[in-house]
Amino acid sequence: MTARASPADHQLATSDNRIEASSAAPGTGASAVPPMEVAIRTSGLTRRFGDLVAVDRLDLRVRAGSIYGLLGPNGAGKSTTIKILITLLPPSEGTAEVAGLDVVREARAVRHHIGYVSQLLSADGGLTGYENLMLSACLYGIPRRERRARIDEALATMELSDAAHRVVSTYSGGMVRRLEIAQATIHHPAVLILDEPTIGLDPIARRAVWEQMRQARRAGKTTILLTTHDMEEADALCDEVGLITHGRLAAHGTPAALKQTIGPTASLDDVFTRYGDPRDEGGSYRDIRGTRRTAERLG
Amino acid sequence: MTSAALAERPNGLGKLTAPVTFAGAAWAIADAEARKLARDPTELISRAVQPALWLLVFGEVFTRLHAIPTGSLSYIAFMTPGVLAQSVLFSSIFYGIAIIWERDLGIVHKLLVSPAPRAALVTGKALAASIRGLVQGLIVALLAVMLGVPLRLDPRALLGTVVVVVLGSAVFSTFSLTIACLVKTRERFMGIGQVLTMPLFFASNAIYPIAVMPPWLRAIAWMNPLTYLVDALRTLMIAGGQSSTGLPIDFAVLIGTSVLLVIVAARLLPGIVR
Repeated sequence: MTARASPADHQLATSDNRIEASSAAPGTGASAVPPMEVAIRTSGLTRRFGDLVAVDRLDLRVRAGSIYGLLGPNGAGKSTTIKILITLLPPSEGTAEVAGLDVVREARAVRHHIGYVSQLLSADGGLTGYENLMLSACLYGIPRRERRARIDEALATMELSDAAHRVVSTYSGGMVRRLEIAQATIHHPAVLILDEPTIGLDPIARRAVWEQMRQARRAGKTTILLTTHDMEEADALCDEVGLITHGRLAAHGTPAALKQTIGPTASLDDVFTRYGDPRDEGGSYRDIRGTRRTAERLG
Repeated sequence: MTSAALAERPNGLGKLTAPVTFAGAAWAIADAEARKLARDPTELISRAVQPALWLLVFGEVFTRLHAIPTGSLSYIAFMTPGVLAQSVLFSSIFYGIAIIWERDLGIVHKLLVSPAPRAALVTGKALAASIRGLVQGLIVALLAVMLGVPLRLDPRALLGTVVVVVLGSAVFSTFSLTIACLVKTRERFMGIGQVLTMPLFFASNAIYPIAVMPPWLRAIAWMNPLTYLVDALRTLMIAGGQSSTGLPIDFAVLIGTSVLLVIVAARLLPGIVR
């Protein structure tokens, strides 16, 4: 992140240096000091689909224990980046590490240490909340004798204990979202990745989900990476944000620092407008169909 | 090195890195399916209509016609295992469209992001398909008893029938998953599903013996796993049922095909979310 120095880069020079310094020890060999300060790191991360470059030499650093918001217009490369980080899509070039593990070479180990909440409503509507959590507990290899306690703990944290034995199709949108966060954190992951976690939720449910994310971080010292279109969400929730356009990081820093680069009274919306590029407007048909369906089911 | 970077996490990662067992993950997926089916059995009931029609209408008429040579068995006894195999085929083929549906809902992403082996996920779906297959088996057996078909009821035959239904469901559900992973959209799958199921059914020994087929069709029938499923069911379910290949070959084909298809589908499954 040197050649494309943006105002935000300048603002954050100090904190960036510290991250670089702390991770200087190579992450190989058990004796190496683990690079705990950085939970997610990508270097020159690139993903092409035919002629389209969805992610273009992206260098991302997410501090351990922080909440990081990935912003950017539709089609800017956020979802592709997430798919690479959660090991569902191999990069064309470059590397990505999550919790100190390479997403290609150590994909299986990465999956042990991440939780993922899809933009879509992925809880199974035909099962109860408890059964959904049981499925996750089994898929994450939580030993049989610990499953019950883990599930009860997750239900309590997400304030779903009373609804545990109701079928999920009777849940409200906010409850489904909280259940999905519970499912994604049942194994106490080091990193929780959420794709537009509050899309389609009403303001009260949205605030509840924010509180649950803060709670998840406090409880497990979990690092949280989320994508969002919602500048209010980014401002209220995130310690740092990165703005992606054309698959590159156009700006990054704390919400306050980014706003400073525009002017004293600027909002994150202004930052978005300043760095965003209308040519990015896009998003595939399938993405939009999926989002609409999510909104409809939540409606 | 793997999880060295996380060693100092406070909440004790030792227990979290416990290996996800293949059987545990597969069983969990099948268990979830069983619970859903128990909660809403409408589909199981509506799926009983088709075998009932085949047995009560087609079977009864053709039994009176004596048009198809079935040796010592009555035609209705001959076709009963064929109708069960057909129900297994049709209810298993549904799993391809289900996985596309679950992909669109984000459920497949959730499965693939977990550390469970992909082959365990596929095996779980195959076991889930067997639950439907076994329910079909029960329905067909009840209809057969009503129609006076002589069923074998010794424990070995019953157990053998259950195992064969599970294997048959596994073969066709993993075949369906493989197709779904290749075509990726519901529309394309619907077209292909139709094109595949009817030929599989007609190019088999389900409703007429292979001996009456023209040689080219006979060659296809011997390459069709459904033929071996029907042959095994005919031997195990029906009193006086004769195998044309021998049960060991039937089992070998069904086990071999399901293992192969589990491996292929497990390789292809991640592609469905790209």
